[in-house]
Amino acid sequence: MKLDILHELNAERAARRPVILVTDTESGEQRLVKATDFAKDPLGAELDKQLRMGKSASVEAGGKKLFLNVYAPTAKLVIVGAVHISQALAPLARSLGYDVTVVDPRTAFASPERFPDVPLVAEWPETALPPLNVDSYTAFVAVTHDPKIDDPALLHAFERNCFYIGALGSRKTHAKRGDRLRAQGAKDSDIARIHAPIGLAIGAVSPSEIAVSIMAEITAVLRLPPKEKEEAA
Amino acid sequence: MLDRDEDILKAAEDWQKAGRGVALATVVETWGSAPRPAGSSLVINDEGTFLGSVSGGCVEGAVVTEAMDVIQSGKPRMLEFGVADETAWNVGLSCGGTIRVFVEKVG
Repeated sequence: MKLDILHELNAERAARRPVILVTDTESGEQRLVKATDFAKDPLGAELDKQLRMGKSASVEAGGKKLFLNVYAPTAKLVIVGAVHISQALAPLARSLGYDVTVVDPRTAFASPERFPDVPLVAEWPETALPPLNVDSYTAFVAVTHDPKIDDPALLHAFERNCFYIGALGSRKTHAKRGDRLRAQGAKDSDIARIHAPIGLAIGAVSPSEIAVSIMAEITAVLRLPPKEKEEAA
Repeated sequence: MLDRDEDILKAAEDWQKAGRGVALATVVETWGSAPRPAGSSLVINDEGTFLGSVSGGCVEGAVVTEAMDVIQSGKPRMLEFGVADETAWNVGLSCGGTIRVFVEKVG
């Protein structure tokens, strides 16, 4: 690997931008393709598929044997609300490979006893969220049920273009939330991005089951192509 | 795979900049119950220090030896380890899978 390619690869990874390194395994020739350049790449469709699956693979194209090495940033999950559901959600998300952070200004909720081994930030979203570098490889869930906490958090998630945004609450609660967020400058397209009621409809009852439905929905959004995604939701 | 290999490629860059000969070995294909998925990598310098893995530890020794040649020659090569392969018995890929490992010089 040429040093300039290695340097660029490390820079892209440090910036949490997805890239694929394409290697001709016979000649050793390599090129780095940024996700933003997939559309104009001759291997675009393949690259897109592999990135979505988060899987490296060998392919044959134009009589060449190519290895597509996928470098996708580690997905993050930000949970706003140190509630009972979050106690089940945090360890489940970690077992799926997510870097998890729980945010809740209410110290009675955000206590290490309730969340052993999970990074906790007992601050209001306005203070807690900016240092977390929420980005498009972040899933974001707001589950406090308290508009004072959930609303500013959701506005931050819109701004940072999280790949998944979910919020707890019935359809009625969600309609009211939409009105409040619009009043604070959110666009209809932002509101439409919120998965609410949160999670896939699997009839979840207990906090652990709700956690499973949330992670199933996040996985679907992360992995499925856009059309199948709509069908699952 | 979610990416947890940050330190390996960072080490490759750091070692190369420090003037060491460096090679990178990457799993490019797997069949059967291979221990590490495609994309897993191992970085080796000319002192024999290595980081990362391409198997559960079964073939790393052989990969490091080959990597030394690649650092010398600068020419990439493809290695294959598996139960059907005599070398695999020698180095002991015990899981029953087959893997192909691409070894290239860095820099």
